[in-house]
Amino acid sequence: MSGDNEETQTAEEISVDETEVQDKMISPEKTEEAKLKARYPNLGNKPGGSDLLRKRLQKGQKYFDSGDYNMAKAKTKNKQLPTAAPEKTEITGDHIPTPQDLPQRKPSLVASKLAG
Amino acid sequence: MTYTSEGIQLHSSPESTSKQWLLYRPGGDMQWCFSQVKGAIDDDVAEADIISTVEFNHTGELLATGDKGGRVVIFQQEIENKNHPQFRSEYNVYSTFQSHEPEFDYLKSLEIEEKINKIRWLPQKNAAQFLLSTNDKTIKLWKISERDKRPEGYNLKEEDGRYKDPNTITSLRVPVLIPMDLMVEASPRRVFANAHTYHINSISVNSDNETYLSADDLRINLWHLEITDRSFNIVDIKPANMEELTEVITAAEFHPHQCNTFVYSSSKGTIRLCDMRVSALCDKHSKLFEEPEDPSNRSFFSEIISSISDVKFSHNGRYMMTRDYLSMKIWDLNMENRPVETYQVHEYLRSKLCSLYENDCIFDKFECCWNGNDSVVMTGSYNNFFRIFDRGHRRDVTLEASRENSKPMQVLKPRKVCAGGKRKKDEISVDSLDFNKKILHTAWHPQDNIITVATTNNLYIFQDKVN
Repeated sequence: MSGDNEETQTAEEISVDETEVQDKMISPEKTEEAKLKARYPNLGNKPGGSDLLRKRLQKGQKYFDSGDYNMAKAKTKNKQLPTAAPEKTEITGDHIPTPQDLPQRKPSLVASKLAG
Repeated sequence: MTYTSEGIQLHSSPESTSKQWLLYRPGGDMQWCFSQVKGAIDDDVAEADIISTVEFNHTGELLATGDKGGRVVIFQQEIENKNHPQFRSEYNVYSTFQSHEPEFDYLKSLEIEEKINKIRWLPQKNAAQFLLSTNDKTIKLWKISERDKRPEGYNLKEEDGRYKDPNTITSLRVPVLIPMDLMVEASPRRVFANAHTYHINSISVNSDNETYLSADDLRINLWHLEITDRSFNIVDIKPANMEELTEVITAAEFHPHQCNTFVYSSSKGTIRLCDMRVSALCDKHSKLFEEPEDPSNRSFFSEIISSISDVKFSHNGRYMMTRDYLSMKIWDLNMENRPVETYQVHEYLRSKLCSLYENDCIFDKFECCWNGNDSVVMTGSYNNFFRIFDRGHRRDVTLEASRENSKPMQVLKPRKVCAGGKRKKDEISVDSLDFNKKILHTAWHPQDNIITVATTNNLYIFQDKVN
């Protein structure tokens, strides 16, 4: 958990502390839900629904469009190539994938350390 | 069950072929001692070394692990030294091989991980051992066989393999088998591919020893172990319109004795039991296990934490156990409307769900397991803690797998998490827990009190102290 989170947590905890003592009947889950909604007001109301599940089903999907690739290349001919987003979750559109961006596809040549 | 003069209960497992005994002290206190730890000590964990599955074979003699790098390592238990019962047998490396390799499906632009999701052993039928290992898309049947003799004295070949000049052969001899150093070979005997559009989460061998099932997020397929070019779809929950998708299959298992029965769990916290005799496509369940939820308690997190990450039948086939994010539930197969037992694994996390959602830990998939006679259950938690619940004696304990407690036969001290308020000495507060140290995979020896837990990249083996 990042330092930022810890700071906001303690601040919230101090203010929520008194109400928590009073409303012991309110589930801790609902308190947590309120925290989440406060941080991400745009969060939809269907948590277990399509979005989450579809993200799960799409694991491993890689995107490459040769049209996009060539268009992006032409656009940035005189400028520097755009660098990969820090998350590297999806490489689409303007970003030009390079071999360094793609994860290693080679199988492990080294034996498992459990067998060592 | 008989009582010795020391008052120790001895219970023999009906399935055991060798004389293995389960030992319980009066009162049911199990004292767990460190036995072994496998894996690298350094903190810098290569992704390939992350352990992704652990499984004992049916006798407990072999212990298989799979990792994110697609490799399988099999450990074998050494023959117990009967003259010195305090020296419990150790597990040593028996065989290791690359089971799966990374692939790329060019047609779908899909990267296929080599990570081994599950390993399941086949019951032993001959000298060789067989196991099924699977990644997201392909299941493989591996044969592990021993070679301790080699032929010598061929008529037509020299010892180094070169063919002899036929003119120099003047006599005939019978080649003989001479002993050699034990060699353990693993070879892929079947490859079951191209049957899953989505990611395989479970495989389960049927009690008929001829078929097995494989389950992905939306479908379950039935295979014959000998036939690789065909499989039958027995469950399909894919909606006609993917926008209407509300739940996925999270785990599936065959009943240990009834070859027509299997169960599958869902991301919504339900378990469906299906009978293959009813129809070819088991979309209609025979039983639906679901605990009613108090609608006033419903929150954003309710469905996510109710998602079942593992389902396991008891050895006697009368119960099944499910693991969701915060608890373990034991269900009587004859009662669908609620579990018969519920165990809180780490209830203190309920007030941390917001952070656990942000760091994705809320989606961690913990497994669970039964001991040999179904009296004790175990599961993992965070901070390299794991939990053991003694059903009969209503006792539970939290233990830690760490290199600091790894002196030979060192007894593990119970750990305690302080949920709030004043922290006692030796307790650890919830905020100090390391959520990167998760124990997702645990296994219990089918007959003895030997357990194994996998931390991120290490495998710990603990044994019950024998006095």
